[in-house]
Amino acid sequence: MRFVTRAAAAVAVLISTAVSVHADEVIRVGLIDPMSGAFAVAGRLGEQHFRFAIEKANAGPLAGTGKKLELVVLDNEVSPEKSLTVLRKAIDDGVRYVTQGNGSSVAFALSDAIAKHNKREPNRSVLYLNYAAVDPSLTNDKCNWWHFRFDADSDMKMHALTDYLVSQKDVHKAYVFNMDYSFGVAVERGAMSMLKDRRPDLQVVGNERIPMGKVKDFTPYIAKFQAAGADAVVTGNWGPDLSLLVKAATDTGYKGRFFTYYLGSRDVVAEIGMAGKGAAIVAVFYDNIDNPVLKEWASEFEKRYDNTFGSWTAMTSMMMLGQAIKQAGTSDPLAVGKAMSTMTWESPAGAVSVRADNHQVLQPLFIAALDTGTPHVFPDVPLGFRGIGRIDGKDTAMPTTCKFPNAP
Amino acid sequence: MSATQTMSTVPTSSLARTFLPWLLAALLVAVMPQIFGSGFAISLLCRMAIAAVFALSFNMLMGQGGMMDFGHAVYLGLGGFLAMHAMRAANAGWWIPTPALPLVGAFGGVVMAAVGGLVVARSTRTAFAMITMGLAEAIVALVLMLPRLFGGEEGINADRSGGPAVFGWDFGSPIEAYYVVSSWALLAALLMFLFTRTPLGRLSNAVRDNAERVGFLGYDPARVRYLIYIFSGLFAGLAGGLQAINDEIITAANIGSNAAGAVLLMTFIGGTGTFIGPVIGAVLVTLMQMALGTVTDAWQIYNGLIFVIMVLWAPGGISGIILAHAPLVRNGRGRLLLPSYLRTLPGFVLAIAGTVGLCEMAYRLQSIRGGGPRGGNILFLPADPETVAPWVVAAVMTTVGIWLLAVTAPPARGAWMHASGGTQA
Amino acid sequence: MMDQLLLILLNGLVYGLLLFMLSSGLTLIVGMMGVLNFAHASFYMLGAYIAYTLSTTMNFWVALVVAPLIVGVLGAIVEQYGLRAVHKHGHLAELLFTFGLAMIIGEVVQLIWGRMPVPYRVPPSLDFPLFSIGGTAYPAYRMFMVGVSLFMFVVLYAALARTRLGLVVRAALTHPDMVSMLGHNVPRVFTLVFGGGCALAGLAGVIAGNAYQTDPGMALALGAIVFAVVVMGGLGSISGALFASIIIGLVQTVSIGLDMKLHAALGKIGLHVDPAGLFSDVWDISINRAAPVVPFLLLVIILAVNPKGLAGSRSS
Repeated sequence: MRFVTRAAAAVAVLISTAVSVHADEVIRVGLIDPMSGAFAVAGRLGEQHFRFAIEKANAGPLAGTGKKLELVVLDNEVSPEKSLTVLRKAIDDGVRYVTQGNGSSVAFALSDAIAKHNKREPNRSVLYLNYAAVDPSLTNDKCNWWHFRFDADSDMKMHALTDYLVSQKDVHKAYVFNMDYSFGVAVERGAMSMLKDRRPDLQVVGNERIPMGKVKDFTPYIAKFQAAGADAVVTGNWGPDLSLLVKAATDTGYKGRFFTYYLGSRDVVAEIGMAGKGAAIVAVFYDNIDNPVLKEWASEFEKRYDNTFGSWTAMTSMMMLGQAIKQAGTSDPLAVGKAMSTMTWESPAGAVSVRADNHQVLQPLFIAALDTGTPHVFPDVPLGFRGIGRIDGKDTAMPTTCKFPNAP
Repeated sequence: MSATQTMSTVPTSSLARTFLPWLLAALLVAVMPQIFGSGFAISLLCRMAIAAVFALSFNMLMGQGGMMDFGHAVYLGLGGFLAMHAMRAANAGWWIPTPALPLVGAFGGVVMAAVGGLVVARSTRTAFAMITMGLAEAIVALVLMLPRLFGGEEGINADRSGGPAVFGWDFGSPIEAYYVVSSWALLAALLMFLFTRTPLGRLSNAVRDNAERVGFLGYDPARVRYLIYIFSGLFAGLAGGLQAINDEIITAANIGSNAAGAVLLMTFIGGTGTFIGPVIGAVLVTLMQMALGTVTDAWQIYNGLIFVIMVLWAPGGISGIILAHAPLVRNGRGRLLLPSYLRTLPGFVLAIAGTVGLCEMAYRLQSIRGGGPRGGNILFLPADPETVAPWVVAAVMTTVGIWLLAVTAPPARGAWMHASGGTQA
Repeated sequence: MMDQLLLILLNGLVYGLLLFMLSSGLTLIVGMMGVLNFAHASFYMLGAYIAYTLSTTMNFWVALVVAPLIVGVLGAIVEQYGLRAVHKHGHLAELLFTFGLAMIIGEVVQLIWGRMPVPYRVPPSLDFPLFSIGGTAYPAYRMFMVGVSLFMFVVLYAALARTRLGLVVRAALTHPDMVSMLGHNVPRVFTLVFGGGCALAGLAGVIAGNAYQTDPGMALALGAIVFAVVVMGGLGSISGALFASIIIGLVQTVSIGLDMKLHAALGKIGLHVDPAGLFSDVWDISINRAAPVVPFLLLVIILAVNPKGLAGSRSS
């Protein structure tokens, strides 16, 4: 009963807004991510960043075009099947652009479902903007013309990370340590192949996988690192599997350096505390990139949402979507997709461009380490990221096996 | 109806009365897409159909057999995986038409249940519950360990329109898929209904009520349980096949405790004591989970609250409530209840409105703390959860409502007992 | 290698004793009242969160004493006004009630404390390395956890074996009707046992929440395995629960640390299998992936062989 009346009220409001704001065409972007359940934090963070990014895109590339983007939030609880249901609903509600990032398993399901849907209902086609799912297959053997990935994939990140590691002359023995599922396996594969035979005095002394989210105490593993004499640990771990690992290292006095993918989120840093000093990340963004526009955006975001600005790919995806819509002159996903396939955006962090052969975005990759005394620090712990390495976008490109099976 | 009576000796009017609802259901199924034509509605209807079959198969164990199976989602999942592999084979050229996939699912379910049943059938209630829970956890872990068979975290996916066409349909469009799913669901429900009328079905009721006595009658209760378990697994696997057709993907999550918990919720809310109870529960809970989530964040706690309230005051579920009142309405004594029931209404309304208000405000606060938008209405009323006033109002409404209920409920109950002639249903 | 093994064994002991604190309460509750309390791990979670709030507003030692008491009182209230009302509808209804309760507690915890993990930390007075094993320092707090768990075991065992109340409780485990006829207030005993069990779970939460992580998922992570422990140890037996928890804790911790494929492990004990053969997927399983399965396999085997459990006093 309540649902019907609420839905009716919502419809009424929608109609009235559509009627009153007749000047601007509203293009709805659906964010499919976990908004409830265990991963809600990540999803909500994404929501904040997308709201912010859409505002900037509407005021930036889309200004004066008579079109604007609007966010629709769809909770999928990191379940592939729930994602398909909300996708159905979104399509019925007129959403033609869908974005998602948390969980490669969801990304695979969405990409597959969208490919099938576009084939079966070409006049209601949907474009999929992937902002954080980094399994390389999505732009290789499972590539899909309607899918664009805005984060560097895990192989690209590992390439940048290993290049940096090799350049560090004081690192001699590396231990590769990951979670035992598709993403962790991809990170491990990348690390092992890219560290091999790079330097005669740099070798991988250990390689291990842990079951996801099950290990409560990492002290035995730290002991293994120490026994092997490892002075660097390379890991794609995230969440508790990362924070507990770094905490255990400090508890036991381990002196090796950590090289990670996902140390950069505020909740992980808060959990690790000062133990995190010296740990490094490879990412498309970090909080102390020296650029006035970025600093302004970061402080505006922090004031508005009481949270640290960090999900850069939300910004790039929405800005490039706005630019593509402006260039195509229409909101039709096919035309916009074609425009986006060859698009470049001169972002404040460096040039961001799309590869036409597999729809992977190329952008600068940074290596940064947690340190005290940086211009910006996280609110809960007096640490911030200091940049220690940078790779240009075009140098991050990796070979691809993608041959689009459904290019229109 | 005696289990040994054959169909031909049953008077035709009773036959018609038993099968009329089924005809109506078939008509409803055929006509639904015309009434609710949107893609989302059709997808929702498919989900309800699948959930209904699953819940009915679960109730074969719980309501009719007295066995509490925490691992039932395993058979749905394993049947679904087998159906997905068959769908992949069809994509690769094998002649397996999509409408045949539920049979593959059923086969998978039956085989696994035959194996699983050997382990569980001898246990009594509490042990049965725990052993099925252990088995389910073990199988979920096993599934994640064998990526070649089960796809790891990504699961197994395929294309339902990539198989041989039947009568010109390739089953790609949602409507074609709906008709396949709903027809199978109807058939499965009918078969399960007929099963309750067979000797084995009756025996399972007997084992539920008094296993020892069944033993003295010459039947082996463990054997009866085992057979019921197998049939229940068959229909759960069939539901899995339907899900494979609907979603075109099955993952390890479909086997896990979430799915198992959901079916428990559905069957219980609908009512384990009747055949149609689980169907009612499946429809309602699917609606709650899929549609309510788009309207409010608080649906998770509503889930829990509804469950607990039903356990405390309506353990027979919705169908139990209907059963308690239908005879009274039929013989005209229903209007005796009206005055005292109506008097409970203000209490109900106040308590529900107050509780909903409290929950919605709590979730809005939580969302604000997580950086979500401020302002906007709580439902339709402008209320700012960061001020004290709305909380006080909602708390007062809830307390007054509960107090009113506490005062008006016993007379209502008394009126019901009086109207039923003093006997409990 | 030996150092790592010793570390792993120590961790296994700590984890096992934690499981014991959780399962000791549950085994009494299931054994005596026949209620499969699905909300037991939720009380554990509540204990951790309440301890977090108390230790940040006051200090850890206050939290150590007060949080379990609060959780125990909550448990008693739930039993008196909730479970007792449901009792007349049968075991299934009681089980479902605790199931719904677990859902509600899970949501309420998130509403009050948020969805992120909370920074519940070890108190500075206990945050130092106690001894060193081959270059790796072992934190003193872990030993504190062991100490508290063993102390609780001793107290519980003594209370059950030596006190008059313990006598009544033990009798009510097997013959509640007789005990009632002898004039004891059995419902009050039930409330006490339920509240006490929840308090124990809460205490487990207090000492584990800062060593591991305090987040909304912690109840789900431990819920199922506690049941496995209770079944293995036998319903109603405290020493059985201790035995089973330590075994499971050790087995889990050791196998999680073994990043070895099954065929390699079998090879080490002399069983040679062909890793590329028909069951390659099975032999390729790494032991640490398989670790979570072990307690449940044990549970299934035990119940299949003896539906009454290991050392249990009641079967249904």
